[in-house]
Amino acid sequence: MSASVSVPVRAPARRRRSVTLTVGCVLAGLIVALAIVSLFWLPYPPSDVSGGRLAGPGGGHLLGTDKLGRDLFTQLMIGSRIALAVGSGAVALGGILGVAAGLAAGFATRWLDDAIAAALDILIAFPVLLVAMLLVAARGASLASAIVAIGLGSSAVVARLTRVLVKRILSQDFVTAARTSGTSWPRIVLEHVLPNVWPTLVVNLALQLGVAVLAEASLSYLGLGAPPPNESWGRMLQEAQATVLTAPLGAIAPGVLLILLVIGVNLIADGLRDVADPTRRRSR
Amino acid sequence: MSLLTVNGLSVHSPDGRALVRDLSFSIGPGERLGLIGESGSGKSLTALAIMGLLPAGMTVSGSVVLDAPGMPATEVVGAPSRRLDRLRGRAATTVFQEPLTALDPLMRVGRQVAEPLRRWRGLRGAALREATLSALTEVRLSDPERIARAYPHEISGGQRQRVAIAMALACEPALLIADEPTTALDVSVQADVLSLLANLIAARGMSLLFITHDLAVVAGVTDRVLVMRDGTAVESGTVLDIVTAPREPYTRDLVDSARTFDEALNRRKP
Repeated sequence: MSASVSVPVRAPARRRRSVTLTVGCVLAGLIVALAIVSLFWLPYPPSDVSGGRLAGPGGGHLLGTDKLGRDLFTQLMIGSRIALAVGSGAVALGGILGVAAGLAAGFATRWLDDAIAAALDILIAFPVLLVAMLLVAARGASLASAIVAIGLGSSAVVARLTRVLVKRILSQDFVTAARTSGTSWPRIVLEHVLPNVWPTLVVNLALQLGVAVLAEASLSYLGLGAPPPNESWGRMLQEAQATVLTAPLGAIAPGVLLILLVIGVNLIADGLRDVADPTRRRSR
Repeated sequence: MSLLTVNGLSVHSPDGRALVRDLSFSIGPGERLGLIGESGSGKSLTALAIMGLLPAGMTVSGSVVLDAPGMPATEVVGAPSRRLDRLRGRAATTVFQEPLTALDPLMRVGRQVAEPLRRWRGLRGAALREATLSALTEVRLSDPERIARAYPHEISGGQRQRVAIAMALACEPALLIADEPTTALDVSVQADVLSLLANLIAARGMSLLFITHDLAVVAGVTDRVLVMRDGTAVESGTVLDIVTAPREPYTRDLVDSARTFDEALNRRKP
């Protein structure tokens, strides 16, 4: 080979790393797009059973119909809406509660901090499904119950992480330095603590979104999620269980979408880790 | 009236050990005092106690009075945090030993320097930007525009310490507490930062409390020296007195080691 052959230059590190973010966004974006379209247009009305029971793919029904004759693709679209709504609702709830509790514990005096930490450990040891069953027993199965149950579960995880992060930031010299120049506590929280906690937190919240989506599917599978007119992927899986050998698509389709969404969200979390933190972004 | 009067200051750890015992000294306007001692002698705790920033669990007794011009004289020990927030920065502020951890890693340098300018001088917008750049120029940072845009990990240790000094000076403090500001730096950078600090202090007529374990460092920037050991003051006097006629054996050790170091340097020079 001649010496003049140009060596392919490797893409700069920053670009290569954001590949995970891009792929994650594409996967999750697919589901989000499905959900958005479902708000304005559905192939069939949700309870239309004109297609006949367990029809195969094609012939007016893209993925066929379920055992009641409802269009599978229509249900998947509605399911994506529920998965995203419950997932993001639970993470929003868990994030707000968790960050607030974590900040409180991070700043608290010794005994209060110990109390919060103990409470968090108990909450984390408590399975989300058990909390959900209690809630459903108390106030009936509904989207809100699912959101609250999953949100409480993730708030404990977020709070425990926030508490540790806040404690670490508060022990840093730059907080003391800000104090010596007369910066007040609220300002220090806004300008120094939250921005420094944020990169780690946002990654964790994205991971929590994946967990929440799976939890919603599990709850619906067990019949503890959104009640019937809402077609959740979890319940689609449960309903397709009986006919999985004769009409496998009914179980495969929601399963695949669920996996795509969770993988997408996890990839986003991974990509965010690099993007959200300038020390990681530039120094390598 | 002195700017800073420390009287009978004692600091106890949560388990009751005395870390600083019955320490008394004062610093007048424009005066420069060196606080010298080995690690664990309580010098940094003294600095934190003066700012009212001791870690939770430590108990303080005695009195620390800050009497900065234009501000009411304030007893720091036992004062509520709100009152101290108004005092810190203007009356006294601190430059720390390790500039990397003393700067917020996720905030651009310019914003960190701008923050005290905004708060203490009430500057906004273009005027704030201007003042930030001139603050960076004042600590002899070349290319202040680039430095202002950089994150702390993108500049060198010496540059970081200059930024930290710029941040401290932006508060226009009456008293600057420098807690081993050159210990974490390369020897060649140390001398630069030290002379910069000495010049700025002199130009602004600030008072200085310089904390170090190195007599040679303190000799160049301060008038008086207070030697601490195990939390108590063992000797104090002018730099000349301490160097020429140390009374305490510990001070003599310090002087001897500084001298040995000097001689070793001199022997290598010719």
